Amino acid sequence: MAGAGRLESKTGGPAPVDLKDLYRKVAIVGVAESDIGRVPHKSKFQLSAEASKKALDEAGLTKDDVDGVFTTIITEGGEFSSMLMAEYMGIKPRYTDSTSIGGSSFVAYVEHAAMAIATGLCEVALICHGSTNISDRGGRAGPVSGASHIFGPAQFEEPYGVSTVGSYALAAARHMHEYGTTSEQLAEIAVATRQWASMNPLARMRDPITIDDVLNSRMIASPLHLLDCCLVTDAGGAVVLTSMDRARDLKTRPVSVLGTGEAHTHRMISQMPDLTETAAKISGKLAFDRAGVSHADIDVAEIYDSFTITVLLTLESLGFCKKGEGGAFVSGQRTAPGGDFPMNTQGGALSYTHPGMFGIFTVIEAVRQLRGECGPRQVPNAQVALANGTGGVLSSTGTIILGKE
Amino acid sequence: MAQIPLPKPYQDTEAYWAAAKEHRFIIQKCGDCGEHQFYPRGVCSHCLSSNLDWTAASGDASVYSCSVNYRAGHPGFADRTPFVLAIVELAEGPRMMTNIVNCDPESVRIGMAVKVCFDDVTDEATLPMFEPA
Repeated sequence: MAGAGRLESKTGGPAPVDLKDLYRKVAIVGVAESDIGRVPHKSKFQLSAEASKKALDEAGLTKDDVDGVFTTIITEGGEFSSMLMAEYMGIKPRYTDSTSIGGSSFVAYVEHAAMAIATGLCEVALICHGSTNISDRGGRAGPVSGASHIFGPAQFEEPYGVSTVGSYALAAARHMHEYGTTSEQLAEIAVATRQWASMNPLARMRDPITIDDVLNSRMIASPLHLLDCCLVTDAGGAVVLTSMDRARDLKTRPVSVLGTGEAHTHRMISQMPDLTETAAKISGKLAFDRAGVSHADIDVAEIYDSFTITVLLTLESLGFCKKGEGGAFVSGQRTAPGGDFPMNTQGGALSYTHPGMFGIFTVIEAVRQLRGECGPRQVPNAQVALANGTGGVLSSTGTIILGKE
Repeated sequence: MAQIPLPKPYQDTEAYWAAAKEHRFIIQKCGDCGEHQFYPRGVCSHCLSSNLDWTAASGDASVYSCSVNYRAGHPGFADRTPFVLAIVELAEGPRMMTNIVNCDPESVRIGMAVKVCFDDVTDEATLPMFEPA
């Protein structure tokens, strides 16, 4: 029998590699945000590069140490993203990754970078992200697409007025229909997340809100209200990984990668096999199995929260509760400060920042919690953290489990 | 007034959109594995066979999920909001995105029986839509 963390081949026999041996060789050594919020005077490229410099600086590394670059820019001018950003920063990597699966890309990159470092394909991996998602729209959230003719499979959705929020609303409506989930239960997530944001000076929205505030906010796409939706901001972020051997000589306390997983099930919402279950069911199981930890071992969870429904579906799909029980799971402010399931401790995409793709910020906060540097929002004695990304329209997921070295 | 975005037909989809212009609703059926699929592709997504046939669909469907949208991702929808964004399950099996029209948006429910109708958006393009059966 293959052990936990061991890849199984299609024929059922053990693959020759134990992933645990590989994860052990890897450390996260630097994390940083750029300026975030509204930053109209800086390009998305600059935000990505400035976050990269800060993350390298805190580790005591320079850009000349970087030999692996992982990034994607999904908006104008972002084609061939890893080449583009490496060139922008004067880096000539020998390992490159522009995997573009939406907001989860940056969580998936941790898996890719970890394996590349563990096998010697690169030694210092830079994952970076920059976006001017609010400034690109002239400072107001709203429609961005103005295309008159749609090429490719999207022509079976866009003529019907599909939007990101409309897609997630379809999932929320179906979950309510199947399981009796309520708008109040979704609102619990937004309220709890805002409480965490109130303790993060970098969070964009810090004033407390109530469940009624969420329910009374403007309906965008039923059943999702304005306060069920993430922010639209500018932001950059970066994460630096290297070998555990090299990490011991650096300035930060290394954080271990215990297990990782990635998966996707569709691109367009109309093709999602089951609107109430995400690919986190796959990526989460892979991460837990490979890490050899249980749900009870997770001290803090950073769950991608593009919308309140994203969190609820992801908690179920990751197995923190049974399918259909997500509403009950988050009730009573369970995920708020002082609750027994600390989640989205920096204030999440709902209240802290969301530049179109949020994944890198789940990784950054998980690392900071494990280093114990989060001040008033620090989860006491956090030893094991889970970070999760969702990309597209509930399409792709990356899940990683990190531990205190 | 901005126009809603329209399909730009390509190899996989020319027959579908040409039929829609004639108010015919057709979907693909695999000549090898017998499965229907939507949206149209150059191969069967169940078995990768290229042996696909176009078949007239019944036009009968039920609402798998729906949402009343008060704004859209494209400015062309400004005078169509609020509208019902929906995924319907065709009687033949596959699901597709559509709008539920010719009814009060608030009255649309999951599980509701609907049937195909056609919106001649321009001379150039007709969109299959669904209305209460």
